[in-house]
Amino acid sequence: MSAVAIRDLAVTYTGVGRAVHAIAGLDLEVGDGEPIAVIGPSGCGKSTLLLALAGLVRADSGELIVAGEPVVGPRRRTALILQDFGLLPWKTVSHNAALGLEVRGVPVSERRRIVAEALERLGLGEFAEAYPGELSGGMRQRLALARALALDADLLLMDEPLSALDALTREDLQNLLLEIWRQRRHTSVLVTHSIEEAVFLGRRVVVLSPRPGRVAAIVENPGMGEDGYRETPEFLERCVELRRILAAEGAFAQPSLARSAS
Amino acid sequence: MNAWLRRIGGYFFASIVLLAGWQLLSMAVGSQALPGPVPALSDFFRLFFSDLLPHAGISAWRVVASMVIGAAIAAPLGLAIGRSPKVDAIAAPMIFLTYPVPKVVFLPVLLVLLGIGNLPKIALITLIVFFQILVTARDAARGIPASAVLSVRSLGATRWQVFRHVVVPASLPDIFTALRISTGTAIAVLFFSETVAGSEGLGYYIIDAWSRIAYSEMFAGIIAMALLGVVLYEFLELAEGRVCRWTRAER
Repeated sequence: MSAVAIRDLAVTYTGVGRAVHAIAGLDLEVGDGEPIAVIGPSGCGKSTLLLALAGLVRADSGELIVAGEPVVGPRRRTALILQDFGLLPWKTVSHNAALGLEVRGVPVSERRRIVAEALERLGLGEFAEAYPGELSGGMRQRLALARALALDADLLLMDEPLSALDALTREDLQNLLLEIWRQRRHTSVLVTHSIEEAVFLGRRVVVLSPRPGRVAAIVENPGMGEDGYRETPEFLERCVELRRILAAEGAFAQPSLARSAS
Repeated sequence: MNAWLRRIGGYFFASIVLLAGWQLLSMAVGSQALPGPVPALSDFFRLFFSDLLPHAGISAWRVVASMVIGAAIAAPLGLAIGRSPKVDAIAAPMIFLTYPVPKVVFLPVLLVLLGIGNLPKIALITLIVFFQILVTARDAARGIPASAVLSVRSLGATRWQVFRHVVVPASLPDIFTALRISTGTAIAVLFFSETVAGSEGLGYYIIDAWSRIAYSEMFAGIIAMALLGVVLYEFLELAEGRVCRWTRAER
């Protein structure tokens, strides 16, 4: 059974004074426990796709099914990690991690136990009482992950979760994301701008076309998840293949100045 | 504790500078209407318990009650307006029309309607504080980053939970700033309203001393009024530090 099924999806949102067709005619299936990466030119509706999957943006038409149920709103075991991590600066690390459980009415004692475990797992145990403002970028990202783990998410939606980090921290967290996936085998949809990240973390890499977004190509990447995959010739080949497809989609075209504000 | 000492030290130093400046100014002007700090302070301490404290108590009660009522109504209302485009479409033009109107002009109306006791003063100050907090709270609520709201909604939060976990805490620092700024206005309006009607409060005390040509007593009243402002401001600063602890944690 596929964990996510998207059929002929169309999403329009109201921009400043005009309707923007973010996604039109998008079809995609994601298998149970499959990690996929989504990549495409700026403004191809990648983020909109995630928001729709999270139940935060309503589709105009088409089908959107997660774990056998049509998406009508936020789902209990779907976790969303946004570009700026979506942390609340006014809550401590442990409170941030517990927020999903609190919102869902999990009793305090159980919350504490689950959160302590999640923080410990991500190496944040000793920062439980700190505020996000006191953490480094990489630690904030770990906290966002801890929140998702605390929810026992079976579907992890990530919108460029590592784009704000420096190269070394970024690679460290890519390894962490892979490690967690290998342990938990959750379904994961990672939206990214980085070709290497897409190939490292996506069993399949979905290329979206410029707005309105639809699936332009899918790159099979069976070697993903193997030890030392990053250093293999196969990894590099996949990156080159992906780069060619993106170039054909106009991802590297210099946009005219009038359109560049996307 | 160290921070406290530094703070008190700062106040002490600033007081010395201000008192010295006052002394020089009064010597330069050489008028009875501007006595130096020595007679003013000696009257301040002489009259502290007998006259100043009762009047200051009444003034403090008026201004604190006004600020509490004003903030208690305006903050939730402003946040609600700021978070709802529909409500904002109706409320914003009303705010823009009424905010620039100087509310002090309604004092005569309030005096006719509410008498000359506490009520018209509290009503007037409440009105002014209300608008300052309302405008700030609305703007603060509108400026909340969409990602904070989205990520909490993705956790399944209801509208009320988003309000409680995101909208209220995100706006609190701005609301506190507005409150601190409005203490100045509130006390100015308090003075004005107390000089116009009634026979209680520091405003009345100052204007009464003035009419008796008791200038050093008048200045004792002015000192008391200034202290009232300082205490209020400091209290709000302390409360903000307690309630908004995270603002000190930002890197």
